[in-house]
Amino acid sequence: MKARVHVTLKRGVLDPQGEAVRHALGSLGFAGVGEVRMGKVIELDLDAADAEAARAQADAMCRALLANTVIENYEVEIA
Amino acid sequence: MTMRAGVVVFPGSNCDRDIAVALRGAGADVAMVWHKEAELPAGLDLVAIPGGFSFGDYLRCGAIAARAPVMRAVVDFARGGGHVLGVCNGFQVLIEAGLLPGALMRNAGLKFVCAPAPLSVGAEDSVFTAAYRRSEAVTFPVAHHDGNFVADAGTLARLEGEDRVAFRYRANPNGSMHDIAGVLSENRRVLGLMPHPERAADPALGAGDGARLFAGLVDATTSRALQGA
Repeated sequence: MKARVHVTLKRGVLDPQGEAVRHALGSLGFAGVGEVRMGKVIELDLDAADAEAARAQADAMCRALLANTVIENYEVEIA
Repeated sequence: MTMRAGVVVFPGSNCDRDIAVALRGAGADVAMVWHKEAELPAGLDLVAIPGGFSFGDYLRCGAIAARAPVMRAVVDFARGGGHVLGVCNGFQVLIEAGLLPGALMRNAGLKFVCAPAPLSVGAEDSVFTAAYRRSEAVTFPVAHHDGNFVADAGTLARLEGEDRVAFRYRANPNGSMHDIAGVLSENRRVLGLMPHPERAADPALGAGDGARLFAGLVDATTSRALQGA
């Protein structure tokens, strides 16, 4: 089973990289970009019997390592 | 009585020997501890987590190192009242391991900062600041890309209220909240800081402010051990 994990910064956590990208977009002439938030996508190939088991594994991995829940949220998508 | 210190070495650590030299210079007996070790050498008074780019800073700075086998032993050591010092990447590792609060994010200016950092000594009543006076001005070098200390309002209020900000920037180089450069754990026995005291520990390198941190640390931990405290 394939799982895709999206890790994003929590609301309220300043994202200096997103801010730099927003400035760069503005200087390229893209007007009206309100906010840019950067994140990560992590693809996992899991040895799991079904989607539910894969989701449980990926969730445990997020809590143990893949996301820092002090500053990040995560979402698991099973493909 | 000699203070016994262990310096943890991860793949990508690059200040491990510097911190060992600084500790030995202060009179400590130092053992290097490889990250795959599941146990620490017996009888340590201090564990130091050095600077560098452990595991290439992959995923998040310090995240993978914080899950290395040796870190379970370091967490147990700290929970049992042991002294732990984390510098730069070592500070990131201690936060990722849950021994210190908050998070260290990309510098607000997005640039790697490498410069002498003027600091003000904050918290008293810790073995790490034993050699300094409160509000004393000292300078340690900084060299990092991810030293922007972030915490929620409640955590910041606790750190301030409990006098746990051990070092504060006098000219904030990275956007850290409350100019925080280093924080203590609740029991005041774990210190993480981004600036490098070990790089200000040899007169040949132009500064001695950091040497006093190690001298005070060795002095305080050995005299406490003698008192059996």
